[in-house]
Amino acid sequence: MDPANAITAEGLVKIYKSRKSEVRALDGIDLEVKEGTVLGLLGPNGAGKTTTVRILATLLKPDAGRATVAGFDVVRQADQLRSVIGLSGQFAAVDENLTGRENLWMFGRLYQLKSPEAKRRADELLEQFDLVDAADRVVKTYSGGMRRRLDLGSALIGRPRLLFLDEPTTGLDPRSRLGMWDVIRGLVREGTTLLLTTQYLEEADELADTIAVVDHGVIIARGTADELKSEVGGERIEVVVRDRSAVTRAMELLSADAHGEVTLDEHTRKLTVPASGGGAGVLVQVVRDLDEAGIIIDDIGLRRPTLDDVFLALTGHAAELAASTAEGDVPKRPEEKVA
Amino acid sequence: MTATTARLATPAPIGGIRRALADGLVIAWRNLKRIPRIPELAIFAILQSIMFVLLFAFVFGGAIPIPGYPSSNAYREYLMPGIFAQTIIFAAATTAIGMCDDINKGIIDRFRSLPMARSAVLTGRTSSDVVYNAGILVVLMPSGLAVGWSVNNGLPSFLAGVGLLLLFAFAMSWIGVWLGLSVPTVEVAQQVSFTVIFPITFVSNAFVLTQTLPDWLQPIAEWNPTSTLTTSLRELWGNPSLPGGTSLASTEPILVTLVWIAVILAVFIPLGVRRYRSMSR
Repeated sequence: MDPANAITAEGLVKIYKSRKSEVRALDGIDLEVKEGTVLGLLGPNGAGKTTTVRILATLLKPDAGRATVAGFDVVRQADQLRSVIGLSGQFAAVDENLTGRENLWMFGRLYQLKSPEAKRRADELLEQFDLVDAADRVVKTYSGGMRRRLDLGSALIGRPRLLFLDEPTTGLDPRSRLGMWDVIRGLVREGTTLLLTTQYLEEADELADTIAVVDHGVIIARGTADELKSEVGGERIEVVVRDRSAVTRAMELLSADAHGEVTLDEHTRKLTVPASGGGAGVLVQVVRDLDEAGIIIDDIGLRRPTLDDVFLALTGHAAELAASTAEGDVPKRPEEKVA
Repeated sequence: MTATTARLATPAPIGGIRRALADGLVIAWRNLKRIPRIPELAIFAILQSIMFVLLFAFVFGGAIPIPGYPSSNAYREYLMPGIFAQTIIFAAATTAIGMCDDINKGIIDRFRSLPMARSAVLTGRTSSDVVYNAGILVVLMPSGLAVGWSVNNGLPSFLAGVGLLLLFAFAMSWIGVWLGLSVPTVEVAQQVSFTVIFPITFVSNAFVLTQTLPDWLQPIAEWNPTSTLTTSLRELWGNPSLPGGTSLASTEPILVTLVWIAVILAVFIPLGVRRYRSMSR
């Protein structure tokens, strides 16, 4: 195994058995996270993100496969492993009947810091996460954003080399989410290796160096955000035509200029065509030709594919809806490994 | 954000027992700290016991004569040790509910991700619950005195009785740990506790004379730990005690109670620890 890897997982399988059925929550997950980088584990609810994190953080034993975190085996060296990781997220909570300061001190002590050091570290974190005013209030009275910051602070109390954040911004309002992103970026700048799970495509795009897309317990794609986007095709041109009668003519022009297949959204009269080659040049040509043909347009633009497009292309279902439509067979692309 | 690039050295593994004790104390501290923050829990636990005192002292008491003790106060003296025993047996429910709540709130997962002693969550819980129950006794005893209970054998015997009660609370707490780890929700923990604990405390001499029970039920009531604990307290405190039977449970109640405590601990500590360990599967 590569020593520069902070996390290595090979063929992780986890099966949840109940009386009636058997669910393969993980069906062979392979992961590699280099020291000092951020991996975003992206997928819909129930894809297996949390199960993966729980295994890597020693809370769950895999049914097959193996994994090392910071060089320690997640099953055989769980105790040593726990002293170099921090865990924060939807399932690892803080105590809402203790104050922020008490929570941090307690977790510091259990991280085996001496009491004065745990106190000092708690003060530092309260400062760092803007919780000084609320430090001596019970957590019950905190807002959602404050609670998440305390939660993250609790994970950092022992200065872990490696941090697991399970859906760090789920349920936060947009402002708190941006604040949380700033905090996370700060940690990464300081060199913390980070594994982040999220169901928000934008979040993975913002924070992660590499992204692994998880669906039904397998990784269906991985790479940087840009690599994933170019996998669905490069830039595309979108045109919204004002008159329905001009749609056919516009499609012909677009097809000729961009040398690609034009798709039409009947309802919004939006035409989309991949712009292979220089997107901007093609765009200028399209504008000229449409103008010349006297076709009035409401909107035109060059658009890079979003990760939403990536998800749709990879799984055949939209990410946000996946939880409710996850049944049935889902086309799976052969796994492509991007170094 | 302050720059904190300095890394602490990986903490050296601390000696098993010392770490287990220190971590257990931290967890116990946390549990005790929570009690005044959720005062309803303690208040209702005390009110429930006081309600039993009042119900039995004033409603059922008149219908339960204590042979050989003509005084109208006799039943209340007879009753109070039973109330204390019942209160302490409910410690199992307190522990189960606390444990289950911690699991559902995710705090146990946080603990399990920390480099702390595995045993500390359980030992911290059971030891803080003993302190909690001691606190409840401190409030309950004056209300017993108020309805006519008294301690007649001097301080050492009184303290011996309290010690026996708390030891029993500790044992019950381990049943609670196992239960709390085994049920899915706090509501189920509550239901199971009450369905099991009520018959255990009632098929005993805590409130009535076992001699009045059907023949087949008498030996069960006699050997019931609630009975042996209650009889021990009555004898230690000089309250009316009419164990009735001639079995060891009636003649050596303190010894039998200690054996009960040992048996409960021997069975439920391993069961609880195993449950806790298997949470990772």
